[in-house]
Amino acid sequence: MRFVAALLAAFAMSAPAAAQAPLAAEGCYGCHGPGGTGAGGIPALAGRDAAELRAAMIAFRANERPGTIMGRVARGYTEAEIAAVADHFARLPR
Amino acid sequence: MTPRLSRRAVLAGAALLAAPSAVRAQSQARLLVIGGGFGGASAAGFARRRFPWLDVTLVEPKARFVTCPYGNLVIGGTKTLDAITHGYDGLRARGVRVVHDWAAGIDAAARRVRLQGGETLGYDRLILSPGIALRWGALEGYDEAAAEVMPHAWVPGDGAQTLLLRRQLEAMPDGGVVGMAIPANPFRCPPGPYERISMIAGYLKRHKPRSKILAFDAKDAFSKQGLFQDGWNALYPGLIEWVPANRDGRITRVDARDRVLESEFGEKHRVAVANVIPPQSAARIAIDAGLADASGWVPVNPVTFESRAAPGIHVVGDANIPGPMPKSGYIANSTAKQAVASAAASLRGEAPPSALYYNTCYSHVGDDYGISIVGIFRPNAEGTAIVEVPGSGGVSPRGNLPEQRRLEATYADAWYDSITRDMFG
Ligand SMILES: Cc1cc2nc3c(=O)[nH]c(=O)nc-3n(C[C@H](O)[C@H](O)[C@H](O)COP(=O)(O)OP(=O)(O)OC[C@H]3O[C@@H](n4cnc5c(N)ncnc54)[C@H](O)[C@@H]3O)c2cc1C
Ligand code: HEC
Repeated sequence: MRFVAALLAAFAMSAPAAAQAPLAAEGCYGCHGPGGTGAGGIPALAGRDAAELRAAMIAFRANERPGTIMGRVARGYTEAEIAAVADHFARLPR
Repeated sequence: MTPRLSRRAVLAGAALLAAPSAVRAQSQARLLVIGGGFGGASAAGFARRRFPWLDVTLVEPKARFVTCPYGNLVIGGTKTLDAITHGYDGLRARGVRVVHDWAAGIDAAARRVRLQGGETLGYDRLILSPGIALRWGALEGYDEAAAEVMPHAWVPGDGAQTLLLRRQLEAMPDGGVVGMAIPANPFRCPPGPYERISMIAGYLKRHKPRSKILAFDAKDAFSKQGLFQDGWNALYPGLIEWVPANRDGRITRVDARDRVLESEFGEKHRVAVANVIPPQSAARIAIDAGLADASGWVPVNPVTFESRAAPGIHVVGDANIPGPMPKSGYIANSTAKQAVASAAASLRGEAPPSALYYNTCYSHVGDDYGISIVGIFRPNAEGTAIVEVPGSGGVSPRGNLPEQRRLEATYADAWYDSITRDMFG
């Protein structure tokens, strides 16, 4: 069983679709802290509900959620990337 | 979390594991990183975190790294040098072999790097992030000796240049004029000189209110200009005079003995403290290795950041030609990760991942007054150039927005904390 788990992990890392999301999420680490655990006044993203994170990003993108900077950030990402990044942070430990 | 895999994928994976030579080749893949700054430290830590099968060595001469970011706050007296100095133990703990030495030469054909101390290191992939060199003599009279009198504080090294400028400001009598010479594009950190003007102005306003700043620029426009000038008018009225190139602001000669900045058209400005930010190029090692073009910077592939002259060497950070992206720490961090992911993919015979580059440069204008610029970039469809994602990014809104400015000053601190933890672990 451990062998299969290792195998699955190896594949999860090398699959192109999986590789893409964490690379996009790396762009969030520089403000939200490595692993999205939060920094200073910038809120944590790790371990939060994926749908909530995604909805916040979509609202930032549409200028429907107030913020100092997130609208400018969110408009750089596609909807698919936003979904993948939200899933990524939802799976990370708080 | 259980990723769903097709039966075929599992079988293919089993076949890979059954082939000991392929696994061994991968487990021994050597990633060598030259330069332990924004690009290099980011690359080394990311490589160990995401591709633990990589054998990662980092070559950096200094045992402690002083960041450029927040150096302007040290110059203004609101941060200590200690607060912006970082060590490499975090990277060691992640399994990076850290070698404190200079890379003296790169043999791209043999995939070997010679260190000044005599050791030779082989590699399968090289990440090169050596930063910039100051072009001594590009401004007549500005050489290493002159920099001991008129500091640049643009390559902090061990912090001596940053502290020298700080001490000169402290020693200057009230009423003294601080002169700055600012270069043409491209140069490290486009908003950096203007944040520095702001931080020096803050110090003068508090301690030397009769002094002023004369900032001579080789350009007619600069990054976040409207926002900076709004802030200067609000916080430091009358204290800052910015002289653009079209008003004879381009400095071409300096005289260190008398602290004189001389303009293109022969105007001589004698100042009490002079901060000279000279023209720059890629760091010496990149030039010596034949990677730079006539501009002095390194052309790279927009997806993998491999040098055009030597594929297999990924050049990230300020040393490369980044298309529309700025020479910033955040871009060095983001391109380093893409370069490492590309190197890892190529070692496994895979295509590089799709690329996304992100930048934010916060600047402090006053104590509770921050502004920012954001840029998100991607390679174009052909992979021949990097373009900014339309509709994204941009600068903070203008206008009388004290809450936005206050929040951005605190978020700037959070950015510094996050990015340095990402780099140094
Ligand atoms: C005043 C100022 C403020 C700034 N503020 C910001 C900011 O707020 N946000 C931001 O994003 N960016 C900022 N920057 C820009 C940022 O500092 C640079 O873009 C960033 O440091 C570039 O990273 P790099 O890896 O290319 O170079 P560096 O970070 O300079 O690292 C290069 C490293 O390589 C080493 N090295 C060089 N040659 C060799 C060799 N031959 N062998 C081994 N090692 C070698 C050097 O010792 C050095 O440690 C600022 C810059 C300045 C000057
Ligand atoms: C330049 C710094 C910066 C970057 C980069 C950044 N954020 Fe943010 N983020 C902030 C700040 C600051 C806020 C607070 C809202 C504001 O002021 O815009 C925030 C708020 C958020 C929120 C709302 C959280 C809450 O509890 O209200 C979400 C969700 C979010 N960011 C997601 C992301 C994701 C996903 C990324 C990467 C794609 C990202 N952010 C990149 C700075 C950043």
